[in-house]
Amino acid sequence: MSELNELYQEVILDHNKNPRNYGVLEQADRRAEGNNPLCGDRITVFIKLREDTIEEIRFQGAGCAISTASASIMTETLKGKSLDEVGPLFQAFRDLVTGKETPSADSLGKLAVFHGVSEFPIRVKCATLAWHTLQAALQQRTDPVSTE
Amino acid sequence: MSRVQHWRRGQPTNPGAAVLDLEAVRSDFPILKQRVYGKPLVYLDNAASSQKPQVVIDAISQYYETTHANVHRGVHRLSQEATEAYEGARHVVRDFINAAESREIVFVRGTTEAINLIAHSYGCARVKPGDEILISTMEHHSNIVPWQLLCEARGASLQVAPIDDRGVLKLDEFRSLLGPRTRLVAITHVSNSLGTINPMHEIIALAHEQNVPVLVDGAQAVPHMPVDVQELDCDFYCFSSHKVFGPTGVGVLYGKAEWLEALPPYQGGGDMISSVSFEKTTFNVLPYKFEAGTPNIAGVIGLGAALEYLRRIDPDLIQAHEKRLLEHATESLNSIEGLRLIGTAPQKASVLSFVMEGIHPHDIGTIVDAEGIAVRTGHHCAQPVMHRFGVPATARASLAFYNTLEEIEALAAALQQVRKVFG
Repeated sequence: MSELNELYQEVILDHNKNPRNYGVLEQADRRAEGNNPLCGDRITVFIKLREDTIEEIRFQGAGCAISTASASIMTETLKGKSLDEVGPLFQAFRDLVTGKETPSADSLGKLAVFHGVSEFPIRVKCATLAWHTLQAALQQRTDPVSTE
Repeated sequence: MSRVQHWRRGQPTNPGAAVLDLEAVRSDFPILKQRVYGKPLVYLDNAASSQKPQVVIDAISQYYETTHANVHRGVHRLSQEATEAYEGARHVVRDFINAAESREIVFVRGTTEAINLIAHSYGCARVKPGDEILISTMEHHSNIVPWQLLCEARGASLQVAPIDDRGVLKLDEFRSLLGPRTRLVAITHVSNSLGTINPMHEIIALAHEQNVPVLVDGAQAVPHMPVDVQELDCDFYCFSSHKVFGPTGVGVLYGKAEWLEALPPYQGGGDMISSVSFEKTTFNVLPYKFEAGTPNIAGVIGLGAALEYLRRIDPDLIQAHEKRLLEHATESLNSIEGLRLIGTAPQKASVLSFVMEGIHPHDIGTIVDAEGIAVRTGHHCAQPVMHRFGVPATARASLAFYNTLEEIEALAAALQQVRKVFG
């Protein structure tokens, strides 16, 4: 059962129950939708930029604990970050959840709690939906994103 | 083939009554001995696909080891034997669903292909702009999308009979949607996501009063109850081998001979013709007109073995056992705090869809999987049903006759574990 405990860590359960930065961001200048229809996960990511910095970021939607907590922790992590930092962080997060490598906890901060996902390959799509949706918002893509 | 008697007499409390011999049944299915994460496999995903008895696995390997050749082709010995085995399975299917004639049994890839075949052939021949196809809210996507494609191509429209909060078809509304423009009723016998058993006799009688033929999606019915297509008087009946303890990749379309005779072919190719020239091709007789190309010979033989296996077990015992499983599971699940069953029709097969307050079905699926329990999570290819009940997805435990009361207990305990994890 230890793998389950690694997956459903307290931090993840807490963010699932009380997601941070949840709700519509009226002043958003970027937004995108993500949808994993087979799971029934839906998410909208809202971003307000100030020059090259993410000044405000929110999300709304419904999904499993992993996708909700991932979206919540993503918004916490990215608020105030410059756009240059997003790509490397996403890459490091993806490597973490797919078990490709173990990036140092320093570079990932709170995102490191998702290391348990790598033992559950089927759940990688849950963990990365918010990030793919964020990327689509930044690229100003209009087609809904899916990780299925 | 020695394991025949799957029932035994006498229980202390009910002397003389025969009950299903579960131990014997379970020993017929080798996969049920499997352990998952070191725990006994509890397989509760039978509506997605059921497991296979040894006799089916043996029939397929034996066919490949001793008999394989193409069917309906050669004068050589193996081809004759393969043809006999393949056509023998057609007789078994005919007998199993009590079709009037073997030529009314068409082998296809599965229920989905059977429905597409009728959508295509019947649609080309009979559906015109302004016509209507009538389905219900509880259909699987495979009994929705082929009709949408047909309606779009022919300028027809899709009508949908609603269901109530228990997941029961609203028969009055169904009746009022039947009209002079209705060309076909396509409806499921048993709902894959809700478990609802539809009142097929009434549905078919109502449609026939208006001279409307009826296609029945029987994929979820055949594994649970005896089906008699003549007694039902349906025009078409479709089911999949892999849900009825046979191999994947093969299914059955039953059609009344008068319909199959009248309809044009679905696919062109070898086997479905009697003569071909560049000027004119004449089609083969039934059922070969609808079986273009080399069929799934081993799959059909495996299906025949599965149905013969089922036929040796008293269907009343299977139904009584499944009823007990369903009652026990309904009670156990209802006692779990925050759990809501989706689909509470009074007439129900052993399918339990549910949601748990504040917990996404995927998280339920992952946690019970760690206990070796296989349930399905998601929309079950029935998104309109999810929409109807206002949920993005459900978890679903679907039971077969080889499941046990202990396995239901294991599921209930695992769901308590889910509650604990999520606090």
